[in-house]
Amino acid sequence: MKPRQKRIALIVGGLASIALAAVLTLNALDSNIALYVTPSEVLAGKAPQGKAFRIGGLVKEGSVKRQDMTVRFVVTDTVKEIPVAYTGILPDLFRDGKGAVVQGRLGGDGIFVATEVLAKHDENYMPPEAQHAVDQAQKAQKSPGAPAPK
Amino acid sequence: MRKSIVHWFKFASPQSFYPLAGRMIPWFWAAAAVFGISGLWISFFVAPTDAQQGEGYRIIFVHVPASWMSMFIYMVMAFWAGLGLALNTRVSAMMAQSLAPTGALMAALSLWTGALWGKPMWGAWWVWDARLTSELILFFLYLGFMALQAAIDDPRRADKAGAILALVGVVNIPIIYFSVKWWNTLHQGSTINMNKAPSMAQTMLWGMLLMAMAFWMYSIAVALMRVRAIILERERHTEWVKHAVG
Repeated sequence: MKPRQKRIALIVGGLASIALAAVLTLNALDSNIALYVTPSEVLAGKAPQGKAFRIGGLVKEGSVKRQDMTVRFVVTDTVKEIPVAYTGILPDLFRDGKGAVVQGRLGGDGIFVATEVLAKHDENYMPPEAQHAVDQAQKAQKSPGAPAPK
Repeated sequence: MRKSIVHWFKFASPQSFYPLAGRMIPWFWAAAAVFGISGLWISFFVAPTDAQQGEGYRIIFVHVPASWMSMFIYMVMAFWAGLGLALNTRVSAMMAQSLAPTGALMAALSLWTGALWGKPMWGAWWVWDARLTSELILFFLYLGFMALQAAIDDPRRADKAGAILALVGVVNIPIIYFSVKWWNTLHQGSTINMNKAPSMAQTMLWGMLLMAMAFWMYSIAVALMRVRAIILERERHTEWVKHAVG
């Protein structure tokens, strides 16, 4: 082999072994890289015991109740749900039916006491009129008997 | 076949690349200005308000192009560094060196605009999620590459050390790109995907793509200016540089 070909072979081989090492490392770290666990995982006992962790999911529609400075709501992954209590200021994008990530501890009574609430935004961007149309269409789909929105 | 290879290698010589780069720079600056002005105009005056985020979403017109560029420039930098390592072509290594500061700027811009947006939208300046952390690592890779090159006096050895670091760091790029798919992250998934229509209003998309083009043109123009300076510095003992500078 010419020196140039040898160098190219070395570079390609080196890159391949680094890629392999990275894949193995990331696989091993998998559960630690995730920022949050889902309510289903928590109820299946996959949440870390005895320390703070984060739960991510959707804020169940109609579940948000305010009482003085404390907000109570339910985080759901549409299969399982966990009630959450939080005292503090909520971010702008925290809304019914939208994504949220809550950090805190699970109490003995099954209520998750959050110390931090983050809103998780989705990847859709649209003007308010378009959002309105989408909402109307979803409403119409949910209640087939209702008249179609004009 | 043989002939075409010879033709391409002609620009691997600093002496012939220097004037070529000089001729290209004004065109890239002009294109950057055209794309930038039209992109900003659409971004601020034409694109509608977002239903969820209000006006705050307009950060994407800078944040997304900067993030794309930070990843893409790294790939190009690693490509040139690898080419220089394999073929010992001098201009390749200089190209890699000239791209690093612009890449670092893009990564910093992406992190900074993201933090400014994150506070009002998410409720936090920073979270250690996979997307944010891997982008931060990218920023440090750029800084490390520049520091390593600057720390070694002999330019040839500096190029080699830098090239190896740049190539090792390539592994981080797919991690950044796919992080939102592979793990639960606070950062939202990608709006623009190869296999489905973008989930974004048309004018918003246009604003973003025009801004991305502007960032491209700016990056190329600046990298070419920087590579010319590096060529002059490294080749200062040669006759043609003495002749060119006068």
